[in-house]
Amino acid sequence: MRKLLSSIIGLTLLISGCSSSNQIGKSRLDIIKQRNQLICGVSGKIPGFSFLNTNGKYSGLDVDICKAISAAFLESPNNIQLRPLTAAERFTSLRTGEIDLLSRNTTFNLSRDSQKGNGLSFAPVVFHDGQGLMVKINSGVKDLKDLSNKSICVGSGTTTEQNINDAFEEKSLKYTPIKYQDLNQVIAGYLQGRCAAMTSDRSQLAAARSSFKNPGNHVILDNILSKEPLAPATVGNDERLADAVRWVIYALIEAEEKGITQSNINQKLDLAKDNKGMKPLRRFLGIEGDLGEKLGLANDFVVKIIKTTGNYGEIYNRNLGPNSQVYIPRGLNQISKQGGILISPPFN
Amino acid sequence: MRFTKSYIIQYLFLLIIILFLILIINNVHFNLIRTGLGFDFAWLFRPASFSLAEHILPYSPSNSFAWALLVGWTNSLRVIFVALIFSTIIGISAGILGKSHNYILKFISRLYILIIRQTPLLLQLLFWYFVGFLSIRNPVNIIVPIINISNQGINIFGYILTPEFSSLIIGLSVFTGAYIAEIVRGGLNSVPKGQWEAYKSLGISDSIGLKDIIIPQALPAILPGLTSQYLNLAKNSTLAIAVGYADIYAVSDTVINQTGKSIEGFILLLIGFLFINLIISNIMEFFNRNILKNKA
Repeated sequence: MRKLLSSIIGLTLLISGCSSSNQIGKSRLDIIKQRNQLICGVSGKIPGFSFLNTNGKYSGLDVDICKAISAAFLESPNNIQLRPLTAAERFTSLRTGEIDLLSRNTTFNLSRDSQKGNGLSFAPVVFHDGQGLMVKINSGVKDLKDLSNKSICVGSGTTTEQNINDAFEEKSLKYTPIKYQDLNQVIAGYLQGRCAAMTSDRSQLAAARSSFKNPGNHVILDNILSKEPLAPATVGNDERLADAVRWVIYALIEAEEKGITQSNINQKLDLAKDNKGMKPLRRFLGIEGDLGEKLGLANDFVVKIIKTTGNYGEIYNRNLGPNSQVYIPRGLNQISKQGGILISPPFN
Repeated sequence: MRFTKSYIIQYLFLLIIILFLILIINNVHFNLIRTGLGFDFAWLFRPASFSLAEHILPYSPSNSFAWALLVGWTNSLRVIFVALIFSTIIGISAGILGKSHNYILKFISRLYILIIRQTPLLLQLLFWYFVGFLSIRNPVNIIVPIINISNQGINIFGYILTPEFSSLIIGLSVFTGAYIAEIVRGGLNSVPKGQWEAYKSLGISDSIGLKDIIIPQALPAILPGLTSQYLNLAKNSTLAIAVGYADIYAVSDTVINQTGKSIEGFILLLIGFLFINLIISNIMEFFNRNILKNKA
């Protein structure tokens, strides 16, 4: 009988333990600060965005975004935990609070953003991508219609699947989708000749091709099947966290517009301190005003970000620039002054 | 007195289990509302707008999600049914060969069971798919022009089995066959040695002796194990997603991603598998009872 009683007590404790973890009405921003760690969901499989480097650490554009946010929230870029997630897991992980932030080449669209859809909140776009098709040069395929009635390798559980379908249906063409759960299998299926073409975001196609034995034998078709604005996301009902993340991304862009880099940040700081007239710069770097405080961050959060990761352009060049392993021309991902479409609203 | 005491304990235990379930359901419900996920099945009737490589039932992307899931189930059932038959043939053959007097056949059977049981099924499936099928550079004609194997699949009389379907069938049958072989061997071993000696001393040939004397006696020991292997096979068929076959799990994966309804999607998936496995185990139970009845 005593055993029975103790097991009842044990069960009760177990159950009450489960339900006490609900923190209603509290912003996740406070939880992150309390924990002193930012839990960030990444892919872990795409060179240039998030990929295990030779030191056994993740690096890439998506990872640097996590670091910038961690620098702004926690004053240290190292207080992050990166969780590799599959495409299918990512939204549930975010919704259930397993991760704080999703920085995993995720396409920003209406159904994902809306409360009755996936219920997320998207930060500004960090990479403008578009879906493309890669074929073998000697296949003679030049256009979508040459792929009529052929097999195409696709990653399942992504917008890619829907886009390829829309593109073929629009032209009343038939095709056979061979769906794999993992990008690496899509690549293997394509290379082994199961499919006439593989489809994915053009950045991922370029990244994949860079690792092929003979990259020159493959060509990415000119057809762009969709807009794929990739953006970090947070859970939808937490405006404070969403705001803070949003302005960290804008700070990266604003810093590039203002020409503030990792190497000249100290000079810029001194310059702003000495010249009381440089109001916008002083506000941006937190020397005067309370922009950071309004977001629930330190006033000099921008300085901490830039010291950690540099501005957007530096992040881009480090991971996707001409000297990186995966070179993707900046194209649309230039700041507006340089002919791209990245622009930051004013820091006022 | 002892009688009532044991009843009280049993009822108390039942009560605890029920309370526990209520608390879990309440907890899930509460958390669903908290995270805004909610319960909703209206999405089932919206157009799926994704296509499927293989389908027995007519299917187009403008059909509903519910229809897409049904097509996924038919694809799964097709694999489960075919693999069930092949694995039984392979398993029984290998099990009987394991008892053979021919040392080479015995050795092959033991080696097959050893290799297959020591490696994970997922690796085996990937092996059959990527190494077995996709790496074929030049089509192989087994019987010209009837069976032709290439990296586009198996072509029998112009009927094409895709490499995804074929490798899944081979992988599942070979894997489950090894376990069935062990169960069959165990069943045969459970028949007393005297029975073997008896039919031999009567001058009955091995094939007739096995069929009429040994196997009927071994079946009661074989059937329960066989049932659990069939159930495993049905569940293992969800590994189809690894080789790109559009089974119910792969379809659900896409559906969940497009609708964001993961909890509803998984509940449907679980109910479906529960249903299929209940059918399999009931059919096997029926066989089991009939065989035992005939014996008695």
